[in-house]
Amino acid sequence: MKYIDEFRDGALARKLGAHIARAADPGRRYHFMEFCGGHTHAISRYGVADLLPANVRMIHGPGCPVCVLPIGRVDQAIRLALDHGVMLCTYGDCLRVPASDGLSLLKARARGADVRMVYSSADAVALARQHPDRQVVFFAIGFETTTPPTAVAIREAAALGLGNFSVLCCHVLTPPAMTAILEAPASAGGVPLDGFVGPAHVSTIIGSAPYAFCAERYGKPVVIAGFEPLDVMQAILMLIRQTNEGRAEVENEFVRAVSHEGNRKAQALVAEVFTRRPDFEWRGLGTIPDSALSLAPAYRAFDAEARFPVAYRSVADHKACECGAILRGVKRPQECRIFGTACTPENPVGSCMVSSEGACAAHYTYGRYKDA
Amino acid sequence: MCLAIPARVVELRDGDLAVVDLAGVRKEISLALVEDVALDDYVIVHVGFALSKLDPEEAARTLALFAELDGSTAP
Repeated sequence: MKYIDEFRDGALARKLGAHIARAADPGRRYHFMEFCGGHTHAISRYGVADLLPANVRMIHGPGCPVCVLPIGRVDQAIRLALDHGVMLCTYGDCLRVPASDGLSLLKARARGADVRMVYSSADAVALARQHPDRQVVFFAIGFETTTPPTAVAIREAAALGLGNFSVLCCHVLTPPAMTAILEAPASAGGVPLDGFVGPAHVSTIIGSAPYAFCAERYGKPVVIAGFEPLDVMQAILMLIRQTNEGRAEVENEFVRAVSHEGNRKAQALVAEVFTRRPDFEWRGLGTIPDSALSLAPAYRAFDAEARFPVAYRSVADHKACECGAILRGVKRPQECRIFGTACTPENPVGSCMVSSEGACAAHYTYGRYKDA
Repeated sequence: MCLAIPARVVELRDGDLAVVDLAGVRKEISLALVEDVALDDYVIVHVGFALSKLDPEEAARTLALFAELDGSTAP
């Protein structure tokens, strides 16, 4: 496929690997975090780590929407479906995330809850139109990439006067999560980083400008990269060059889709429909101020948390699960003692084993054979 | 979740909609989040919405950068 195959060329990848090996100073170690699960997936699937010298280590970041969703948020969705009898619509990745009482949305469905998998937020609005006698709730998760489609759905529901449609809004923001990672001291489980491979599709929306603080305030370079393997490798090469030269800048490898200012139309829609939550609990990263969105006052009628009594309750992760440390980059999936035994993609205990972008699922699918 | 793919616009429809072609698979998507999309443009599609247009010249430039690696010496 055009714009995909060219960026997966194996021969070029090996050449890029050789360039990276020559650029990397054998006298130092490099630690780069790929923030996005999309990059984690590409690195695992295409064996990018195998093409890197031993002193260049990639650390998986928290940029996987279902991974950072805490149990309490899935519990809210399950309560809406089981206790309040709503038609609960959400993206496929959310259905298998383990929640309290051994439940997931999929298991709630087996108990009779009306849980629907949708491909798009527009499908949830369509269901609300088709079922005027039912309350339809869209369980909206995701980073800045997935937020604008939810804004479009809410605006459409408002324009149609759909009184039976609402949104359980769990949209989160990338820059505050990067700050949380950069602020975590080593004593509190922080991880030493030399720079970030910056988000691909999040950046199509927010642009490259919002990452400037990483370079200016923290002295860490950021290179925005596309999700194909050659994109990731080129970004790693650019990060090594910045590190060697003592530079900390925001560079953009994904110029074919990302501009400095981003998608202004989408940003305006998001600004109209949403407002920042004072704080939001993330799995692994804890409660981060100003890191997530809820519906703006003008659209509060479509806020499921205002319409139904389903207050958020914080729930601790499973004791054996290392998702928290893995999301902070402190541990690798294979360092979790239930990885691949009690916790598998078929029967996940932690959220990082659920989505294909999750660090555990990616390592289970593509990387674990090397550990044997 | 953030995974999205470049697809070619093969038909523009009323209501800010378009049909894209993904290696032979056709799908209706929304253009509500982008501006000035024309037939044969490539757009990045995510959960049924085009997020941005792909710039063919920048894509060619990035590919040329990779190609420069051929036969070049250490950076």
